Amino acid sequence: MSLEVRRIDTDFLIIGGGTAGCYAALTFCEHSDAKVLIAEKANIRRSGCLAAGVNALNAYIGQGKTPQDYVDYARSDAANIVRGDLLQTMAEGLNRAAEKLESLGLTILKDSQGQYAMRGWRNVKINGENIKPILADAVAKQKRIAVLNRVNVFEYIIRENRILGVYAVGIDEPILYTILAKAVLCATGGAAGLYKPNHPGFSRHKMWYSPFNTGAGLAMGIQAGAEMTTLEMRFIALRCKDTIAPTGTLAQGVGAKQVNALGEVYEDKYGITTSQRVYGTVAENREKRGPCALRTVGIAKEQEEDLLKAYLNMAPSQTLRWLESGKGPSVQNVEIEGTEPYITGGHTASGYWVNTNRETTIQGLFAAGDAAGGCPQKYVTGALAEGEIAAKAAIRYMSSEISSPDADNTEAIKQKLEGYFSHSENSCDALEEAMQAIMDKYAGGIDTHYSFTEKSLKIADKKILELLKQSEQLCASNMQELVYIMELQERLILCRSVIAHLAARKETRWRGFAEHIDYPKKSSELECYVNSQLKDGNINIIHRPLVQEGGIYEH
Amino acid sequence: MSIEIRQNLCIGCGRCAEVCPGSLIVLKNNTATMFKPERCWGCASCIKECSVEAVALFLGEDMGGLGGKMTARREKSLMHWTLEKIDGSTQTITVNNRDSNKY
Repeated sequence: MSLEVRRIDTDFLIIGGGTAGCYAALTFCEHSDAKVLIAEKANIRRSGCLAAGVNALNAYIGQGKTPQDYVDYARSDAANIVRGDLLQTMAEGLNRAAEKLESLGLTILKDSQGQYAMRGWRNVKINGENIKPILADAVAKQKRIAVLNRVNVFEYIIRENRILGVYAVGIDEPILYTILAKAVLCATGGAAGLYKPNHPGFSRHKMWYSPFNTGAGLAMGIQAGAEMTTLEMRFIALRCKDTIAPTGTLAQGVGAKQVNALGEVYEDKYGITTSQRVYGTVAENREKRGPCALRTVGIAKEQEEDLLKAYLNMAPSQTLRWLESGKGPSVQNVEIEGTEPYITGGHTASGYWVNTNRETTIQGLFAAGDAAGGCPQKYVTGALAEGEIAAKAAIRYMSSEISSPDADNTEAIKQKLEGYFSHSENSCDALEEAMQAIMDKYAGGIDTHYSFTEKSLKIADKKILELLKQSEQLCASNMQELVYIMELQERLILCRSVIAHLAARKETRWRGFAEHIDYPKKSSELECYVNSQLKDGNINIIHRPLVQEGGIYEH
Repeated sequence: MSIEIRQNLCIGCGRCAEVCPGSLIVLKNNTATMFKPERCWGCASCIKECSVEAVALFLGEDMGGLGGKMTARREKSLMHWTLEKIDGSTQTITVNNRDSNKY
C-alpha cells in the first residue's frame, strides 16, 4: 500500500478531542480569531474517558472552602509529590468550568437555595450521561474549530526544540498527514492496557480507564525528548468486581463502608487516601479475609432504584449485572477489587513536566488533562481548567510563521510506514498479551499485588525492549492495523519509562499503588519529583525539588 | 465486554460506527458489523445512538454474564433501557437526563 502525503496548516493544533481538548478549543475561540484544529483518532462525539458518561463533578470548591483547601487535599492524598503551582491554578478554575458546563446544557443538581447540591465538599451531583455530546455540540457550533476525526497522530515534528507540527495517518484512508501549526496542545489520554487486565480473556477491555487511551501523547513526548514526571505514580482504581464500575457513588453517595469477608469495616485501619483504600483491600485479601466489598445490604429500595439509574448514566454494565443476577445492592454487598495500573495525569501526578502555563519542555508544545503531570485529582473540571490555561498560554505564545518539516524526514517516515504493509509477521495481539504479562509479573501488576524488586524491574525492561524490536517486524494489511501497531509501540515505549521511574523511586511512598520490596519504607530523600528524559536511547533520571504554590514555575 | 448487533433490525445508518470510540464497528453490505468484539469497552455509545434498538449490551461469560441483553431507546430527554433476560422476561428502567443523580 502506498501512502498519499497531505499537508494541513492551522494556527493551533489540539491532539485529542476529549474533555481537555474540546474545552481548550472552545476557550481558544473565545480569546482569539485564529484557526484551531482538533485531530481525533475516533470521533469527538463520544471519544475519550467520558464516552460512557460520568455521574459527578469530583473537583469543585464548595461553599466555605477555597482553592487552597483543594491543593492541600490533593497534596495529602499524593503524599506531597504534587506541583503546588499547577494545583492552585487548576483549583482556581474548577468552579468556572462547572458553571460553563451547566451553561452548555449539563444537568446539575441544586438545593432549595439554588446552589449546587454537594456530595461532600468537593463533589457536585450531575446527570452526565450526555456530557461528551454536550461538549462536542458546543465545538460544532464554533465555525472556526475544524475537527479531523479518525486521524491518528503519532509523531511530533520538532526543530531546535520548537514544535512545528505533527505527523498523523488516516484510519480509513491511506494518507500520511503533516499537520503544521504555530502552537500544539497534547490533550490525549494517558494509558490503559500496559498491564494484564482484570479479565485477560474475551472481556479484556472491560476496564475502568478507556482501553483506547494507549499512551500516544506520552510516548510521542518521550520519543521527542520532552521531560516527563512522576510516571511511577500509577493509578490503581478500586472498582466493582467484574464490571470495573466506579465505586464513589456507593462509598460517598450512599455511605457504603469497605468491609471484609468477616463483615468488619477495615478502611479505618489502613487510612482513607486513594492509594490506602487500595492497599487495605489488597492487605485484607492477603490475610485471607477477602473477598472485600462495599456494604450496601440494607439500603432502602428507593435508594437502590436511584443507584440503578445512576449507574446507567456512567457504567451501564453494573446496572445490567444487578438486573440480570436479580441481586441488587440492597440484598447483596458489592464486591470490590483493584484494577491493573493505569498511567493517568487526571488522577495521579504522572505526565509531561510542564511550567505553570502548561507548556512542556518543548517550546510551543502544551499539555493538559490526563497527559499533563504534577497535578492529580483533576477529574472532569480540572481537565477543563487545564485546557483553558493551556489555550490562553498558546495564544500568547503563537509565533507568526508556520515552518515546514524537512522533506527527507517526511519521506523516511512514509517509507517506514509503508514497510509494515510488506512484512509477514502478523500478531499484534500476541505481542500485546506478552507485554501485559511481563508488566504484570515483573513491574508490579495485579498478580504480585502491585509489588516489584530492582531485579524484577531489570528483567521487565530487558523483555520489553525485545518486544519493541519484534514489533518493528509486524505486518499491517490496512490503515486500522497500522494504527494497532503504532498503539502497541506507544505502550511499549511508555512501559520502558514507567519501569525506569519505578526503579528510580527507591522507596514505597504510595502503598497500594506500588510496593518496592527492596525499599519498603518512605524515604525523606525522595521527597522530590522523579523526572526523566530520553536521550540517545537512554532514559536519564532527573530529581527535581518540590514546587510550591504562590509562584510561577518556568523551565 | 461487548455488544450484539441485530442485523435484522439494523437500517445501516452508520451512527454506531461513527461514534464508537474504538472504531470497532464497520458497515458491511449496508449493515453494521462489530469486527473486534474483544476490544469493546462496553461504553454503550453505539447503543445510545442507535434509533432502532438494533444494538444490545451484554456481559461476557468470563465476567459472569448470564446472557441478558440490554438495549436503549431515546425519547427526547428520556432514555428507556430494557433488559431482556435469557428466560425471555424483560425489565425497563427510564432515566431522564434532566434529572440529576441523587448520589
